[in-house]
Amino acid sequence: MLRGLAGDAAAHAELLSRMSVYLRRYFARKLGSSDADVEDLVQETLLAIHLKRETWDRAQPFTSWAYAIAHYKLIDQFRRRRVRRTEPLEAAESLFHSDDGDASARLDVDRLLGELPERQRQILSDVKLGGLSSAEAAAKSGMSESAVKVSVHRSLKALIRRVRDEN
Amino acid sequence: MKTDELIALLATDAKKPATPFPVMRRLGPAALAGAIIALAALFVWLGIRDMGEAVASSSYWMKTLYTAALAVSGFLIAERLSRPGANATRGAFALVAVVAIMLGIGITQLLSTPPEAMRDALLGSTWDRCPWRIVALAIPGLALSLLAMRRLAPTRPTLAGAGAGLFVGGIAATVYGLHCAETSAAFTLIWYTGGVALSTALGAIAGWRVLRW
Repeated sequence: MLRGLAGDAAAHAELLSRMSVYLRRYFARKLGSSDADVEDLVQETLLAIHLKRETWDRAQPFTSWAYAIAHYKLIDQFRRRRVRRTEPLEAAESLFHSDDGDASARLDVDRLLGELPERQRQILSDVKLGGLSSAEAAAKSGMSESAVKVSVHRSLKALIRRVRDEN
Repeated sequence: MKTDELIALLATDAKKPATPFPVMRRLGPAALAGAIIALAALFVWLGIRDMGEAVASSSYWMKTLYTAALAVSGFLIAERLSRPGANATRGAFALVAVVAIMLGIGITQLLSTPPEAMRDALLGSTWDRCPWRIVALAIPGLALSLLAMRRLAPTRPTLAGAGAGLFVGGIAATVYGLHCAETSAAFTLIWYTGGVALSTALGAIAGWRVLRW
């Protein structure tokens, strides 16, 4: 975490992927392992750990900080479910959706990606999903390397904002 | 989207190092802006008392120290509760200590007050306006502080909101002290504390509604 906070992306990724294992276990224990919301909660918590990483005080144990976030997200989820249950209109509407009900609450990033401008999407998928370095993506798209980095950063910001709005 | 992909996405966003004092950096400017608005409102709405007389009197400094100390304990609480998993015992202790000291001063003063002056010591001439004015002055700062706290991570929204309410209530009461010419410690203890308590309650209610992230 310390190295991640200092800007070491690899250490940050390592931390998040280790956390995802613990989180999956934690949410599965609370909700039952077959619950469809487990993976959503894991993703939401990882997102929160990432976005709120500054609020971790180094004098405080990291695990209790992360656990408090996971717990908060779990409570948040319970609250949303209760809201959904007490709104019959919404429940009825979900019957007519082909997918599993609360599609609006899903981290449907493929769809979100689709809403990005073409060029940003291309660069983002080259760099993140295709595994190109920023330099390679820059050569491919004819942009400078720093422009690629800026573009990736902006796309991420936009995605994160959409995900939040949907929740 | 697979979780692995999300992690990879997030890692690219981690390149710039985190900055220190995240809470201070967000809450500080919000409270400062709130204080400036309160000060401007006080100036236009109620006016400032004769400050020459005020700074020469011990009662002014007692009031100001008390309300400033309330603001500091509110900040300690809000600062901790903006961070997941942190507890605010230090701020809570500070709050209890500050109120206890003021209680001691107020009671001591009342014990030496003759019965015919009692009413004046307890109610002054503005008791029915004082708490409401303090709350009114606190509202802009409260709104700004809660907005700032949404960008942090309060996992106990009601308590965190109460901390913010105490913080901005203390500031508002300090600002109000620039207008109010009441001198008795018991008056401060009852009515200033009352105003700050109202602001704290308002913060708790608003925090419960607003501090979601």
